Amino acid sequence: MAHPQPPHSGALAIECLHMSKRFGAFTALDDVTLRVRAGAFHALLGENGAGKSTLVKCLVGYQRADDGQVTVDGRERDIRAPHDAHALGIGMVYQHFTLVPSMSVAENLVMSRDQVPAVVNWRREREALRAFMDTVPFALPLDAPVSTLAAGEKQKCEILKQLYLRRRFVVLDEPTSVLTPQEADEVLGMLRQMAERGEVSVLLITHKLREVMAFADRVTVLRRGRLAGEGEVISLDPAALAEMMVGSREVAQTARHARVAHADAPARLSVRGLTVADDTGLEAVSGVEFEVRAGEILGVAGVSGNGQRELVEALIGQRAVAGGEIRVNGEPYAATRAQMARHRVFSLPEEPLRNACVGALGVADNLALRNFDRAPLAFGPWLRRGALRAQARRLIAEFKVKTTGPEAPMATLSGGNVQRAVLARELSGEVSVLIVANPVFGLDLAAVAEIHTRIMAARNACAAVLLVSEDLDELLELCDRLLVMFEGRMVHHTTPAGADIAVIGGHMAGHAHAREAAA
Amino acid sequence: MEAVAALPANAGTRAPLASDAVRRAAEGLLIPLGALAVSMLLFGVFVLVLGKDPIAVYQLIWKGAFSTSFAWQNTLQRAAPLILTALCVAIPARAGLIVIGAEGALVLGGLAAAVSGHLLSGHAPLAVQLAMALAAMTTGAAWIALAGGLRHFRGVNETIGSLLLTYIAIALFNHFVEGPLRDPASLNKPSTMPIDEASMVGNLPGLDVHWGLVFGVVFCLACHVLVRHTVAGFALRVVGGNVRAARLAGLPVGALILGSCAVGGAAAGLAGMVEVAAVHGSANASLIAGYGYAGILVAFIARHNPLAIVPVAILVGGINASGSILQRRLDLPDATVLVLQGIAFMAILAAETLYGRARLFQPRGA
Repeated sequence: MAHPQPPHSGALAIECLHMSKRFGAFTALDDVTLRVRAGAFHALLGENGAGKSTLVKCLVGYQRADDGQVTVDGRERDIRAPHDAHALGIGMVYQHFTLVPSMSVAENLVMSRDQVPAVVNWRREREALRAFMDTVPFALPLDAPVSTLAAGEKQKCEILKQLYLRRRFVVLDEPTSVLTPQEADEVLGMLRQMAERGEVSVLLITHKLREVMAFADRVTVLRRGRLAGEGEVISLDPAALAEMMVGSREVAQTARHARVAHADAPARLSVRGLTVADDTGLEAVSGVEFEVRAGEILGVAGVSGNGQRELVEALIGQRAVAGGEIRVNGEPYAATRAQMARHRVFSLPEEPLRNACVGALGVADNLALRNFDRAPLAFGPWLRRGALRAQARRLIAEFKVKTTGPEAPMATLSGGNVQRAVLARELSGEVSVLIVANPVFGLDLAAVAEIHTRIMAARNACAAVLLVSEDLDELLELCDRLLVMFEGRMVHHTTPAGADIAVIGGHMAGHAHAREAAA
Repeated sequence: MEAVAALPANAGTRAPLASDAVRRAAEGLLIPLGALAVSMLLFGVFVLVLGKDPIAVYQLIWKGAFSTSFAWQNTLQRAAPLILTALCVAIPARAGLIVIGAEGALVLGGLAAAVSGHLLSGHAPLAVQLAMALAAMTTGAAWIALAGGLRHFRGVNETIGSLLLTYIAIALFNHFVEGPLRDPASLNKPSTMPIDEASMVGNLPGLDVHWGLVFGVVFCLACHVLVRHTVAGFALRVVGGNVRAARLAGLPVGALILGSCAVGGAAAGLAGMVEVAAVHGSANASLIAGYGYAGILVAFIARHNPLAIVPVAILVGGINASGSILQRRLDLPDATVLVLQGIAFMAILAAETLYGRARLFQPRGA
């Protein structure tokens, strides 16, 4: 069904009234009302599974609500599919980029339209695009391939796309998770100005209280599918917002971790001149050197795509090492099963379902991944299923993994419970070296606190922990020392105690590094 | 771990629902059965277009496959190699590979069995039979491991690789049977030198079915135990389920991939030995009968479950066995049953997408 183009331009006011959505017996959204004024910068705050994405998916037509209605500028609208939302001027920017890397900015913009003519008159399109670029607050090179843009520029390109498509209501789904703090501030600041000028209304989905406090004028908080609170940001403080989000549960406090000091501890993990290639054979990690001592957490900060993934994959055995060496307890380490067991090397990789679990196998089998070939789970070549199930029941209870049973396929668990299961497997025994990458990505505050507590407990029990993360707050909270990785190299070394966020941000973006190199 | 114990008890484990296991089992049974029913309907339409009565055709298939003890023996005779070639698909599938090269491993295994059987003629029959089986299994194992090695070390798609290796295997087989290894006495049908009558694998006591059926069933049971109850089988399923998780756990991914290919290839090679030593007496073109391809169908219907392979192989063997009665009674070409097999295979592949979709089979309250 084609809606007529709304007659006037400018920001839209949108109301989602009494929206409910059930999946089987599970109620994802329960009578939630969200009102966004025209020209508002409205934040939608909530933990994982609070119903934020369900609400937004119903609004932009990816799902249909069971109950409730959507009004656009006061008129009730039936949004059955994304193109209905597009026709009304409602658009969405996703957490992950939806651009074609090999195509230019201009090509990406033109092909994003709902209807692209079979033959594109590029001269006319180019003129139209140049005229369009004069009207927007920031410009991008039209002919640059998207793959050459930095993450912040790509995010700007996503936003440009929404403006190009004349979207007057833009939903942003955690748009800053891939940006440096400076880039995030720039992008959100720009959107804020556009909202103030009445050009668009912005609905920002986020976890980050800082962004809500700094940019939003109104906020709606969801908790477990219900409306938990709303109000003007100016009248709320972060503690009140956090309490709305998590209810009466204890909120994570930065200073709560007790640190045990380990003086003159030996180096457990040492990396010398490590070089690793990415999937295309290009050098992603270039001659990296560091040492992690027993009883410390060494953090590696950086914007994603600067070689952290390849570094972690090489350390945990998922990627071949191109040069240099890795030593654990002084011995050369090639991430074989025997070495992992002998040196007690464990890991919490990012995206645990993709990197650390077998989705089709049961929870019990996944919990046995580290020790299925040793007593008591194995007797010679034989697998002892009874012992395997007993271990699973013990770990599920101890780590409070929510599952329908030990045989339930891992892929049926929620993200937080998958991570709990991996924690149970990796951290339930003695740990000597722990390699961690983005351990709380996409998890709710309670799960984040639990995971941070467990990582800190492993450190205090004398494990050498390498924590690679894109979340600077997480690193500053947990690390004893911090490295900044940029373009495959470690470019900055500091301690959180004396850290200056602006300096770290500069190194993450490569500015400071470039200046040092030039000097 | 004091801090760990202090965490809030905000999550409890839910009691396991006994019916979930039943649901999953029902899904694994009903979806292939549904696909087979659909393919029977489609084949019925095909038969109608040929101007025959589908009901009569199905009655004849039943008659030719399962109605008499003679039909049963014919069916079981054909099921034996299918069981073994299906394992050549099912075991590498546990490691996440789709290998369709059983035909190649079968013909080369058969050739190796024929050659070793002839070279050892005059020795004790049991020793000759053992040597033939060993030679055939080693050859088949090496052949499929080659496809696995190309995949693991050179990134060659194992499905394409094993299919193309089959063409090479058949060409090699023809070269040797029609050339250097040809028995000069085989005039119309080039064959290798025959093995001793005494060294032939005989029939099961009281039946007109050879021992190959028992070899296949035992191989299936062994593979079931290997996959379900051994450490190696567990590691294999981890590799097949998610190779990244397998690497994280430090499992020897390459060895497991090659090993699973070798076990599968050994099964297909043994099928070649059974065909030579229990049916034909020498290696000749009769070995290239499509058992390797029909085994793919069997493995997919059985969802790569070694125990399910036996009944499915008997079903497909029965359909094959009924080909000649269709020809005699209804004047339908022999290949008609191959059309039924082809339709069934497409229906099974299409039904693969239904797993996890049908609400009836999903765990409740998850």
